[in-house]
Amino acid sequence: MNDFLRIPLGQWVENGIDFITDTFGFVFDFIKLIISSVADGMNFVFTSPPFWIMLIIFAVLAFVARGWLFSLGTTLGFLLILSLDQWENAMDTMALVLVAAAIAVFISVPLGILAAKYRTVSTIVKPVLDFLQTMPAFVYLIPALILFRIGDVPGIVATVLFALAPGVRLTELGIRGVDSEVVEAGQAFGSSPGRILRQIQLPLALPSIMAGINQVIMLSLSMVVIASMVGAGGLGQPVIQSLSRADVALGFEAGLSVVILAIFLDRLTASFGSGKGYFRFIIESFNVRGRRAESAAVDAAANSDAATTEPAELTPPVR
Amino acid sequence: MVVSQWSCSESAPLSFPTRITQGFDRALRSTRTVIERSEALKVPSNQENVTEKFAVSAKNIYKVFGRRPNEAVERLQHGASRDEITELGTAAVIDASFDVLPGEIFVVMGLSGSGKSTLIRMLNGLWDTTSGTVTVGGDLITGISAPKLRDVRRRRISMVFQHFALFPHRSVLENAAYALEVQGIAREERLARAQKTIDLVGLKGWGHKMPSELSGGMQQRVGLARALTADTDVLLMDEAFSALDPLIRREMQEQLLELQTELGKTIIFITHDLNEAMFLGDRIAVMRDGRIVQIGTPEDILTDPANDYVAQFVQDVDRSRVLTAASVMEPVRATVFASGGPRAALKVMRDLQTSTAFVISRDRTLQGVVRDADVMKLVRKGVTDMTTILSDEYNAVDENTYLSELFVPSVESPLPLAVIDERGRLKGVVPRVTLLAALGNVTTDTGELQVMEPPLTVSTDVITDALDASDTSSDAKEDAR
Repeated sequence: MNDFLRIPLGQWVENGIDFITDTFGFVFDFIKLIISSVADGMNFVFTSPPFWIMLIIFAVLAFVARGWLFSLGTTLGFLLILSLDQWENAMDTMALVLVAAAIAVFISVPLGILAAKYRTVSTIVKPVLDFLQTMPAFVYLIPALILFRIGDVPGIVATVLFALAPGVRLTELGIRGVDSEVVEAGQAFGSSPGRILRQIQLPLALPSIMAGINQVIMLSLSMVVIASMVGAGGLGQPVIQSLSRADVALGFEAGLSVVILAIFLDRLTASFGSGKGYFRFIIESFNVRGRRAESAAVDAAANSDAATTEPAELTPPVR
Repeated sequence: MVVSQWSCSESAPLSFPTRITQGFDRALRSTRTVIERSEALKVPSNQENVTEKFAVSAKNIYKVFGRRPNEAVERLQHGASRDEITELGTAAVIDASFDVLPGEIFVVMGLSGSGKSTLIRMLNGLWDTTSGTVTVGGDLITGISAPKLRDVRRRRISMVFQHFALFPHRSVLENAAYALEVQGIAREERLARAQKTIDLVGLKGWGHKMPSELSGGMQQRVGLARALTADTDVLLMDEAFSALDPLIRREMQEQLLELQTELGKTIIFITHDLNEAMFLGDRIAVMRDGRIVQIGTPEDILTDPANDYVAQFVQDVDRSRVLTAASVMEPVRATVFASGGPRAALKVMRDLQTSTAFVISRDRTLQGVVRDADVMKLVRKGVTDMTTILSDEYNAVDENTYLSELFVPSVESPLPLAVIDERGRLKGVVPRVTLLAALGNVTTDTGELQVMEPPLTVSTDVITDALDASDTSSDAKEDAR
């Protein structure tokens, strides 16, 4: 069409990838070893126990997070997956999602903190994230496939890249959104930046960070299904099978199982961030009780030694 | 000094006697400040010691935001105006210098955009100065490393914020203990110490609540408690009461004064409210467009504004809450010495054409008032002791009483108000017309405004006759001897 102006950008990228595989192959082998062992371990945790143990664990988690209604829905949902004969696949997917999401969170939250702190990091990271987010998801699979060959690992790597963005963005947003006066208060009393981050910025940005983690998990789930194209296990396998065979029945059953998993994971992780359900309630009631007891003890102590020490300590030096 | 507890109810107005007591507290405080001020002004020969005399000292500080701040400062130093350097940056603070004395409440007052919030943030190094130096308690805080700066903040200077800036995820007690936590003090001890300041600011029993469960006024008390627990000498307050509604603001102001009297902190208070500045400040710095246009006592600023801007600013001030009896009083015209006897008293009253005179002892302690008719009777009888006719039909007020508290006594008394110092010595008088003139910022010493004194009730001739008669009679007595 336009031979004169055709820039061989794709060729350059391919050459670059080739160069990387040739030179740093051992690095990728190492990464592959770590990720695959973690993924295998996680897979073992989810698939080895009988289904009813996992079912009870999910139901209890659901109850703690949101209450009995969600718990009931979870039980029915997972029973449906079981009856559709997708239990094994669903557990494989769950394991993959958790590994991928954990790695993505592990990268994105610190990156978000750095971006909130240093404007330069923010300006560099932003276009990279835009790139990662808008690039068609399938494209990640190609270099991942070349670098890590077929299996769970390229799937996980592609998923991590795809799911990274909301974690970074919402962490940065959350930390930047902490009331600047409150941060100043920390500084004004002589706190170090690390202490301010730990004790003020992270706790106050937590809802936003949890929303980011929730999004990371949801994106991981959608990507993990696509990642089955490069041989990752789980519910993606029957989806791709049904696509190649135009098998509506299998496609629907597998797709529905993904939806059930998605709803479960979304509601569960959202409740941790927004402070709904018993999870928060248990922590808070524990804290408040602790605080009450503590302040009562302090009161008592202050009263008991009031007669002796209080005047001496409270009387200001007379000028 | 006994530390009193703040009342927990926020809306209950302070009773009248409390206000009076506070007036005296304030009087004591300002006396003390005056003493300290005069001590501070004895400049020692060793230059290094000069800065240590001041709690906080700022020297020619500039703050310019923008791309080329240093260039902007240079141009400002060479006389450029704020508007001329806008392409180089925004000058928030221009050439501000001041010294704050220990135990003083130093108020920085200005409208929004005048640079006062920027100024206060440079005093504890939250923001760097573009040029100039800041010294806190002898420690230079400009141009030092971050760890050193943190150390100064822990030991020397704490801050109260406009919007409270409490940590919403921590209980009131933990908030108050924060400074000690940063200082690395063990949990038990820091909570016990925080509990004491919580009690001190009137929040006893609220320690385990979360800040969101408290009203605005109570939240700011937590903010204050947090700053007080740090136990630093200097307290920065950035529009600390501006977000509170007027009643609570007033109460907080009064309690701050009370607390300052007890704890003797150095307070640098930022406000846009001139009445607040006048009420709290031992000295006030008025800022406009980044520059300090005047530094002085509230009275200086009110009675002797440095320029039209300040004058315009202060015209809306409630003068009755700033000016004191001492600042408006007139010299006493009719005074007689108790030891002088009725004849001398009567002469004075005749010469001054007044029916009453204040009777003072040799050390100027006010004894009472005498009326012309009574004195004349004594003269006619030849009695030399005036104590029998001394009347207490006058009202005396302390010299540090605010004008707002002079109206009632002034109305109740037929005589000008007597102004006395803490030892009961007569310092001057405040006639009603003076009170009115002071409120309207009209000078009373132009001669056009006659200070009204009660005219003689007995005619001059009669008095002269009586004096002559007593002269002859006393002469006769002497003759008889």
